[in-house]
Amino acid sequence: MEWLVASAVAAMSAAGVYLTLSARTFTVVIGLTLMTYATNLFLFTTGRLAINQPDIIVDLSQPHADPIPQALVLTAIVISFGMTAVILAMAVRGYFESEGDHVDLLGQVAAEAARVEETEFATAESRQAAAGPSPAGSEERP
Amino acid sequence: MNHWLILPILLPAMVAPLLALAVRHDLVLARTFSIGSTLLLVILGLFQVGIAADGETRIYALGNWPPPYGIVLVLDRLSAIMLLLTAVLGLFVLLYSINGCDQQGAHFHPLFQFQLMGLNGAFLTGDLFNLFVFFEVLLIASYGLAVHGGGGSRMRAGIQYVVVNLVGSSIFLVALGLIYGVTGTLNMADFADRLSSVTPGDEALLYCGLALLMVVFGIKSALVPLHFWLPGTYTNASGPVAALFSIMTKVGAYAIIRVFTLTLGESPAGEGFFAASWLMAAAAVTLALGMVGVVASRGLGQLASFAALGSMGTLLIAIAGFTPGTQSAALYYLIHSTLGIAALFLLVDAVTIRRPGVGDRLTAAPRFSHRGLIGGMFFVVAVAVLGMPPLSGFIGKLLILDATTELVGWPWIWGLILSTSLLGLVGFASAGSVLFWKSDEVPGAAVGSPSIALPMIAVGSLVAVLIGLTGMAGTAVDYLDATTEQLFDTRQYVEAVLGPNAGGDGDG
Repeated sequence: MEWLVASAVAAMSAAGVYLTLSARTFTVVIGLTLMTYATNLFLFTTGRLAINQPDIIVDLSQPHADPIPQALVLTAIVISFGMTAVILAMAVRGYFESEGDHVDLLGQVAAEAARVEETEFATAESRQAAAGPSPAGSEERP
Repeated sequence: MNHWLILPILLPAMVAPLLALAVRHDLVLARTFSIGSTLLLVILGLFQVGIAADGETRIYALGNWPPPYGIVLVLDRLSAIMLLLTAVLGLFVLLYSINGCDQQGAHFHPLFQFQLMGLNGAFLTGDLFNLFVFFEVLLIASYGLAVHGGGGSRMRAGIQYVVVNLVGSSIFLVALGLIYGVTGTLNMADFADRLSSVTPGDEALLYCGLALLMVVFGIKSALVPLHFWLPGTYTNASGPVAALFSIMTKVGAYAIIRVFTLTLGESPAGEGFFAASWLMAAAAVTLALGMVGVVASRGLGQLASFAALGSMGTLLIAIAGFTPGTQSAALYYLIHSTLGIAALFLLVDAVTIRRPGVGDRLTAAPRFSHRGLIGGMFFVVAVAVLGMPPLSGFIGKLLILDATTELVGWPWIWGLILSTSLLGLVGFASAGSVLFWKSDEVPGAAVGSPSIALPMIAVGSLVAVLIGLTGMAGTAVDYLDATTEQLFDTRQYVEAVLGPNAGGDGDG
């Protein structure tokens, strides 16, 4: 059983890390989810793996299942669920802001750069117009 | 029972839903409640700093469950200082945000209160898993605040910030799992108590857990290989949010101080815990990178972000010393840099909104209104942030330089801190001269702008606190020395939490 659980944690972490490193927000979210699954499963094992143990402790001297990891996992699941919802909402917003689901919001950034260049051009032009015919040269920092 | 001890968490936790649900449509009322709540937090913080001055460690057992089993809140000098710092910072940032930043998007004030709640909780808690929970509370509020106001580049930085922190949360949980698996406890005091009696074969697992904890706190405090989220997030967040975030990195620093002094006690770097020497190296690189970034910045926001990174480097160098002297100096620098960097970000915002079309880019642009006042403030804040005399940054750096002489290789640390200060000076001087002097030469009418009074009162108050910190440096350092003394007296912490007869042998 140890082998089974350990390999499951390992496989899910590996897949999670791999997907998180990709450049699309959707796969990143899937990767984060897998990573939290791996973490939750790992947390579950910190109370040691044991089967057929009573979960309600009647007699402390008898062997029993450790209840704390279960409480921790429950909290972790709730939190990671909320966090996944947040990042999904932000990913959707990013998708609408740009033209795809690239994590760098590529389309959006290109549009913004174009807009910046435009205003830079416009301000330079208006500045020249205000300065009259003999501008003393560009004072812009590179 | 010290029921008032939970108030710093409870108050924002009550006010935030009220703001989100009841007074959502009334801006004036929302601002009043928000400022009122933060003002109460400041008063509470002053009260707690005063109470904690007697050196007693006070605990509050939630639900009256006895400590190793239930969650405890612990108030000692360190927590009290951090609570007061958070409240003071929150109050002035909030004052600044009233210039209209809080209207750029929905729910600024509730998110702000939730953020304060998470911060206060993280500073008060005496339980590692509870620390994780409060980290998540402050993070989820910060996700909302980071993208407050919207816009593409803000959203992009926000998504990356969230992803980095979610990975960090997973690592945190794995670290907690390892620690629980080895010691069977998550209460910090109980954990420190049982550390010496770990089963011989399990030390590797324990150190693995501690190293992972260091990684998580490193992500939070933007330690160098883990810092990539910081410049983007801080540069793109709106001014007041970036200013508030200046305490977010300090949460990581606080957690390092709290957890590692409690578990390892006074142990010189390299001897006690292998990650300590790594922390020193990473902090040195953080400082160098931050100050190089200051010189290379193309925008004022970027410059402030890298200054924040550099100040974290200085702070972490001091923390990595792990001696009472360096820890005390680190705390002084922590208070100073939180307020200084926050003032800097507020000024960045004040400049940005006055330069339509150009924003914070370091190019000459038509002169803007209130140049003189903002420029003067920028000068004072830059002097403080860079650690030039006469302001508190100078005293902070002096304390750090003085304290690090105990460490091996201190000439390297001195050389690094002093040369990076010079680099930062060059960066700030060139940025300031372009923004405030060259802009004068560019013809064009002064651009009309929003009101100046309240924003500058906010920045001015932050500067005033810094000046106070300079003037009362003796008192402050005395308090901080007592704080580190209390911090390194781990026996007293353990006994305060677990009761006087807590033995070093554990009950199994």
